[in-house]
Amino acid sequence: MSIANTESHHPAHLPHMTVTHAANPGARLEEKVSVRGLNFYYGESRALKAINVPLYAGMVTAFIGPSGCGKSTLLRVLNRIYDLYPNQRAEGEVLLDGKNILGAKQDLNLLRARVGMVFQKPTPFPMSIYENIAFGIRLYETLPKSELDDRVENALRRGALWDEVKDKLGANGLSLSGGQQQRLCIARTVAVKPEVILLDEPCSALDPISTAKIEELIDELKSDYTIAIVTHNMQQAARVSTYTAFMYLGEMIEFGPTDRIFTTPSDRRTQDYITGRFG
Amino acid sequence: MALMDLYSRRRRRNTIVLALSFGATAAGLGWLTLILGSLVWESFRGFSLDVFTHMTPPPGAAGGGLLNPIVGSLIMTTLGVAVGTPIGILAGTYMAEYGRYAHVTKVVRFINDILLSAPSIVIGLFIYEMVVYPMGHFSGFAGGLALAVLVIPVVVRTTEDMLMLVPKELREASAALGTPRAKIIWNVSYRAARAGIVTGILLAVARISGETAPLLFTALNNQFFSLDLNQPMASLPAVIFQFALSPYQDWQRLAWVGAMIITFAVLALSITARALAGSRKPS
Repeated sequence: MSIANTESHHPAHLPHMTVTHAANPGARLEEKVSVRGLNFYYGESRALKAINVPLYAGMVTAFIGPSGCGKSTLLRVLNRIYDLYPNQRAEGEVLLDGKNILGAKQDLNLLRARVGMVFQKPTPFPMSIYENIAFGIRLYETLPKSELDDRVENALRRGALWDEVKDKLGANGLSLSGGQQQRLCIARTVAVKPEVILLDEPCSALDPISTAKIEELIDELKSDYTIAIVTHNMQQAARVSTYTAFMYLGEMIEFGPTDRIFTTPSDRRTQDYITGRFG
Repeated sequence: MALMDLYSRRRRRNTIVLALSFGATAAGLGWLTLILGSLVWESFRGFSLDVFTHMTPPPGAAGGGLLNPIVGSLIMTTLGVAVGTPIGILAGTYMAEYGRYAHVTKVVRFINDILLSAPSIVIGLFIYEMVVYPMGHFSGFAGGLALAVLVIPVVVRTTEDMLMLVPKELREASAALGTPRAKIIWNVSYRAARAGIVTGILLAVARISGETAPLLFTALNNQFFSLDLNQPMASLPAVIFQFALSPYQDWQRLAWVGAMIITFAVLALSITARALAGSRKPS
């Protein structure tokens, strides 16, 4: 099944984007998020050029490419976090379950509750481990204490952090190690029950052991969430993702099943990047 | 040996500059020691617990204390901080959180910097014109307001600076959970910047507790104990000013004691502020 067939109204020509289900050819892929004809501007400079890319429901999509290619920028459009800053604007369409989120009427807080994000630098809030998790839950739900406790425990278990922190939930989140802080941030994101999780180079500040833990975690989470991960580490992209998108100079060069992108890329630039000839 | 020449020249230069630096440090500390030393020495003779329990004495009378100016200073400083701090924090919050990229923020920052370095006597004259003259008399209320005007720019500045230091990643991370802006500021930014903001308030208290000029134009002074904000009110700096210039030895001694009380109060505040600033967690 190709994108070009199902989305005949696609605004841009998509030469390389013939996609089949990686694991199960013929199965129908549900597009949780569809980016269509997206342009992004930092002031006058154009950082994304007519991007088209889907995020398939329940799968991990990796975004790779050299620094400055726009992959983080793309991620920051998907939950409109760029909206915090003036002079940054997006044109085009980003459909979440078929509805464009770039409209002026979109409630940004509700959008961000549905599309969670974890950043490159671990960002625990200056409060206790328990409060770090409970903070996000309380924004949208009023729960009795016992239920809140359960939710916090559950989130910390999903973040593969529970066993390490269960005896010190009152300790400051900043007292954890870098890897633990990042898992706390993932747990915090999971706790508000988003549908999509955006990971912006979540392991680049971490050591290999913490990285392995987070990759395991991503593997566990992908059955329940649609995940997009930006990474500089190509082995990581190959390990965790089902689909991979290669970007270069603000353009989407190639998108497809990860194993095909890494074995038989159709674009010369993708091949050069993957084999380390530039980047 | 050109290299040896170069080396010994550098050593010589190093010695000279080091000596100059030590000299400058010693000179600075020397004056400070002299000031503090003479303060303690002079005030020691006049110091007794009566200072905290008795009123300022009439000229020539033995004994007496500084109860009314101490209480007056506390009341007016409290009033100044109570009025100035909320305004300063709100303005600083606007500048760092809402209007960070707005043109008006640059204008406000510029004006605030002018206010920050404005001579305090100008502030005193301003309040005299705005409050004392229309009311027809000096009052503790006017004194507190003059101090509030001095507090505002200090608090605006430190609040803005401290909120600017909160990493943008932290704001983004809380926004990414779907947190409304007000909650981001209240629960995340303020928490991360709390020690710094409190330090700013303490520094503002330290600054106003020694101010004399703005109080002379507004609260004037009072020989008697008064808690009435509508009446002239005594303050430590004003009493020091009056007593130190007087020909009476008892009064001069009390002026020394008052100076010591202010100095150590400010010192304690500064140390507290330092300790708080030092306890700020890296984030």
